[in-house]
Amino acid sequence: MAAVRVRIPSLLFSYTNGVKLVEVEAGTLGEVMAALDLKFPGLAFRVIDEQRQIRPHMNVFIGEENVRDLNAPITSPSEVFIVGALSGG
Amino acid sequence: MTQPVAPTGANAWIIGTRKGAWAMKSNGRPHLSEPWFFGHQVHHVVQDVRNPGTLLAAVRTGHLGPTIYRSKDSGRTWTESAQPPKFRTKEEYADSAFDADDRRREGLTVDHVFFLTPGHATQPGVWFAGTSPIGVFRSDDDGITWSGVEGFNDNPALSRWCYNFAPGTPDGQKCHSVQVDPVNPKRLLVGLSGGGLFLSDDQGATWRSINAGVAMDFAPPKEDGSEYEYGHDPHDAVIHPANPRRWYHQNHCGIYRLDWKDDAKEQRWKRIGNNMPKEVGDIGFPMTCHPKNVDTIWVVPMDGGTVWPRTSVEGKPAVFRSRDAGETWQRLDRGLPARAWHTVLRQAMAHNGGASLELVFGTTSGELWGSRDEGDSWQSLAMGLPKVMSVTAARLD
Repeated sequence: MAAVRVRIPSLLFSYTNGVKLVEVEAGTLGEVMAALDLKFPGLAFRVIDEQRQIRPHMNVFIGEENVRDLNAPITSPSEVFIVGALSGG
Repeated sequence: MTQPVAPTGANAWIIGTRKGAWAMKSNGRPHLSEPWFFGHQVHHVVQDVRNPGTLLAAVRTGHLGPTIYRSKDSGRTWTESAQPPKFRTKEEYADSAFDADDRRREGLTVDHVFFLTPGHATQPGVWFAGTSPIGVFRSDDDGITWSGVEGFNDNPALSRWCYNFAPGTPDGQKCHSVQVDPVNPKRLLVGLSGGGLFLSDDQGATWRSINAGVAMDFAPPKEDGSEYEYGHDPHDAVIHPANPRRWYHQNHCGIYRLDWKDDAKEQRWKRIGNNMPKEVGDIGFPMTCHPKNVDTIWVVPMDGGTVWPRTSVEGKPAVFRSRDAGETWQRLDRGLPARAWHTVLRQAMAHNGGASLELVFGTTSGELWGSRDEGDSWQSLAMGLPKVMSVTAARLD
């Protein structure tokens, strides 16, 4: 487990009460999302569907790498960025 | 007509749009609230007629997944459901009896919650939701947590009924109607677009198709001359709240009425749309019924010719009303634009349930039109809204 800084997009500010940067303890991306959901109930399902897939119009980066596997390991001192994809209208 | 019974004393319309929801109160002049869920796609906002004050809203955004919000204070504050509708995982279906190519084996994800309705009056706290992809969900705790109706969502035949959950236009296949029999709490009618109408007499444990008499012009005739049992495309279905033996539905292929007969071998739909003017036809989305008069209904015909524009026929908006259960129809266009190309979606027409019945419909071009004389004349209530996806009546403080 490592301390992970998570950048929260404005899409999810209703869950974090506007907090943009959250720190959690996690070893994988899935653990990051689980930790976020503990702090902010309901947040994870808006980003990850019931089949444990990151939703199509959401992107998650570990450092600069766009990751879609929740088993992806987090290596300190990584930052995780949750962002909305370029899509919509 | 997604809300056959409006809350007693309804004093507002709730307009669900692609960019948020608005409440409109009428105190002499229509007044729009500030938006709820601004920027979100709001498919349906429904107030519990058993307990006015509880509102549920089906919400998603372009990026984020679908959820349901609850309000106990007339929409001033909202709390997200602790467990919104979710399909089972593909792993849970690994040992199922499903067909080998059943898409549930690959894992379905709820794209949006399309429809909400309170359960029977004797079952406070029970709600039902219809989703896209097709699924039926139930809450027993006033919308806080939701579970799939197993007899439906886990039914091995469901994939055959609904083209194996094939993507549909424009927003995907959906369960758009869950009708709870007002007398018999065990009876549920669901409408699937596409898939047809299905009936349960045991609160959703088992289901049977109920599509006899309904056209399916988009499929070739069966070689043996028989009717298709399922695969139809109802757009909006209702069990009449004042007489549960009277059903109506607007279909991709016409307007229908069913009069339930206990002694009949088969319940059969009658195409009452055949009585519409031929130049108008009987294609449309919403089916709205009078809350007390079982013979009075309203539809909004749309152009289903050539490439299916799905707009006002010949660019001349009109509502059609029948006062004799669809045997004859009257065109109602006084006050509506002489030329416009409205599309009125299936959840975008409602009545307020009042003794002096008011009607309203919204268009995908963001217009809201209302009538205080059961459709004889119409007034513009709002323009410039986002795409209107639903309208319901509510009693707001």
